[in-house]
Amino acid sequence: MPAEASLRDAYGRTLVELGQANPDIVVLDADLAKSTMTSLFASEFPSRFFDCGVAEQNMVSIAAGLAASGKLPFASSFAVFLPGRCFDQVRMSIAQPRLNVKLVATHGGISVGEDGGSHHAVEDLALICSLPGFTVIVPADAHETAQAVRAAAAHQGPVFIRLCRAKLPLVFPEERPFNIGKAVTLRDGGDVTIIALGLMVAPALEAAATLAAEGIDCRVLNMSTLKPIDEAAVLQAAIETGAIVTAEEHLEHGGLGSMVARLTARSRPVPIEFVGLKDAYAKSGTAAQLLEKHGLTRRDIAEAVRSVAGRKA
Amino acid sequence: MPAQFSKPSLVSPVDVATPGVAPVKDGLSVATLKETARRLRRHIITMIGEAGSGHPGGSLSAADILTALYFAWLRHRPAEPDWPDRDRFILSKGHSAPALYAALAECGYFPVAELRTLRQPGSRLQGHADRTCTPGVEMSSGSLGQGLSFGTGMALAGRLDRKDYRVCVLLGDGECDEGQVWEAAMAAAHFRLDNLVAIVDNNGLQIDGWNRDVMNLSPLDQKWRAFGWRVIEVDGHDIGQLLGALEEASQAEVPAVIIAHTVKGKGVSFMENNVDFHGKAPTPAQVEQALKELA
Repeated sequence: MPAEASLRDAYGRTLVELGQANPDIVVLDADLAKSTMTSLFASEFPSRFFDCGVAEQNMVSIAAGLAASGKLPFASSFAVFLPGRCFDQVRMSIAQPRLNVKLVATHGGISVGEDGGSHHAVEDLALICSLPGFTVIVPADAHETAQAVRAAAAHQGPVFIRLCRAKLPLVFPEERPFNIGKAVTLRDGGDVTIIALGLMVAPALEAAATLAAEGIDCRVLNMSTLKPIDEAAVLQAAIETGAIVTAEEHLEHGGLGSMVARLTARSRPVPIEFVGLKDAYAKSGTAAQLLEKHGLTRRDIAEAVRSVAGRKA
Repeated sequence: MPAQFSKPSLVSPVDVATPGVAPVKDGLSVATLKETARRLRRHIITMIGEAGSGHPGGSLSAADILTALYFAWLRHRPAEPDWPDRDRFILSKGHSAPALYAALAECGYFPVAELRTLRQPGSRLQGHADRTCTPGVEMSSGSLGQGLSFGTGMALAGRLDRKDYRVCVLLGDGECDEGQVWEAAMAAAHFRLDNLVAIVDNNGLQIDGWNRDVMNLSPLDQKWRAFGWRVIEVDGHDIGQLLGALEEASQAEVPAVIIAHTVKGKGVSFMENNVDFHGKAPTPAQVEQALKELA
C-alpha cells in the first residue's frame, strides 16, 4: 500500500508558502476554513484572510473585486457550494470579465460520505467546465495538489481546483512539476487507455495491474487538467489503443467522459466505457461503501476495460 | 472651480476633481452640473433610440447621480482609466449602462460620437456594462445584486494597499430584492469599510410594477441602518443635495448609503413613472418628442 496524504492539508500548506513569497495573495472562505484548510493561511496572514461567513455568493464577488484591484485571491468552500451555490456570481463576476480569481473547492464527489446527498458534489465539474475561459484541475494526490496550486497562482486567469475530503494514495513524486493542460501517462500500454482524474487515478492503476495479469495491456492517463483537456493525449490514446475507459467521481453527464466522447467522436471515434455516477444522487454511507455501491472501484474500472476491449474493431 | 465643469468634454488630461477639495455647492456650479445632466439625458434618449432597444427608465433616473459623481465627486482621469489611485465607481444596476456611457463620453473616456454604436456588433458599448470592452467601466454587470460585493472587494484591496481611494456602488431599488445585496451590506459593515459608499437609485419601480406591490422594500432606510450603515436620504435629482450627501458619506466612519429618491424616466414626460419604459426603446417620434422636452 502506498502512503496516503490529505489534499486539503497540501492546499493549506501551499497557500502559506505562496503567501510568504507574494504579498498580493489574499484568501477568502465562507465559514469552512478549518475544513478547507485555509485556516493555515488565516493564522499566518490574518490581515490577508477574509472570512465571509456563510455567504458564498458574496465571497465570490468580493474575490472578483479584489482581483480587479490587483490582488491574487484564492476563495474556498465545499464543492457543493462552490460553484453550485454561487454559479451566477462565478459566471458574471469572474468568468465574463476573465478576472484572475482562483477557486479551490474541497469535499468533491460522493467520498464525502456520511453527510449524505446534500454534501455530495457530483455536478460541480459540469457546471464549472461550462464557463468559457475557466481552467479546471482535479489533482490525484497531495503532491499534485501542491504543484497544481502553485501552477494556478502562476497562471493568469480564472482557475477552479477540486479536491476531495479523503486522504489519497500518493501516486506522484513530490518534486514533479505540474503543467496545466498536459495529461500524464502513469503507465503505458497498447490495448486500452484508462483516462482518470482525482480519486479515480489510484484505482485505475490498480485495475491496470490486475488486467496485465489477464493479458490486457492498459495505458493509464492522469487527466488532472479537465479543462482545457489535453486533446493530443486523448486522440493519441484513441489512435494507438483503439478503446478508452474514463473514470471520474462525478456524474457521467458533463464531466470527463462527456469531454472525451466529444473529442473522439469528432476526430477518431473509438469504443468508450464510462465509469462515473449514473443519473441519481447518493445517500449517506462511508466513502468506501458509497464508492462500492455506485460503481467507482478498481473492479468497476477493470470490468469496463474488459467490456470495451471486447468492442474493439 | 466653476470653470472646471463648464466644458466637461475637455477635462480629459487632468483630474476631474481634486483630492481634498470640497464638492462644489454654489448655485452657479450646480447650474452647470444640471446642464451636464440634461446633456446626459439627451445622449441616453438618442443612443437607445438609435439602438432600438435598451433601458431608458432607469438610465434617466440615474442621470443626476452620475453627473454629481463624474463631474464633481469622483477623483478620476479619463485619459488614464487605470490610474491606480482613482476612485472606483461600480454600476451594479448594469441595465443603466447608457447613463454611464453618456457620463464617460462627456468626461472624455471615449468620443461622444461613439455613443451611437450602443448595442451594435463590434461596439465597445455593450447592452449591459462590460469591463472588458469599455474604458472606465470597472465591473461587468447585468445580473443584479453583485456590485456591492465587488465594491467590497475593491474597498478591502484599497485598505490593504493603504490607498485612499473611495469606492462607490450604484444599486437599483428593485435590485435590493437580491439576497446578495444584504450579504454584502453585512460584510462591508463587518469589515468597517469607511471607504465604501452605496447609492440606491430609489425610483420605486421595477419591471413588474411598483416595489411595494412586487416585493415591498419598505422601510429601506431602517434595513440599511440595521445592517450597520450610515443612511442619508436625498432627492436624487437635486445635485446640490447629492453632493452634500456624498461629502457626508465620505466623512462617515462606517459604510454609508445614500438613498436617492428618484423618478423613473425623469425628464421625459411620457416616460416618468411609466414602467413600460423600463426596458423599451422610444420610437423615432418619441425620441423627437423627448429631445424637445430636454432641449
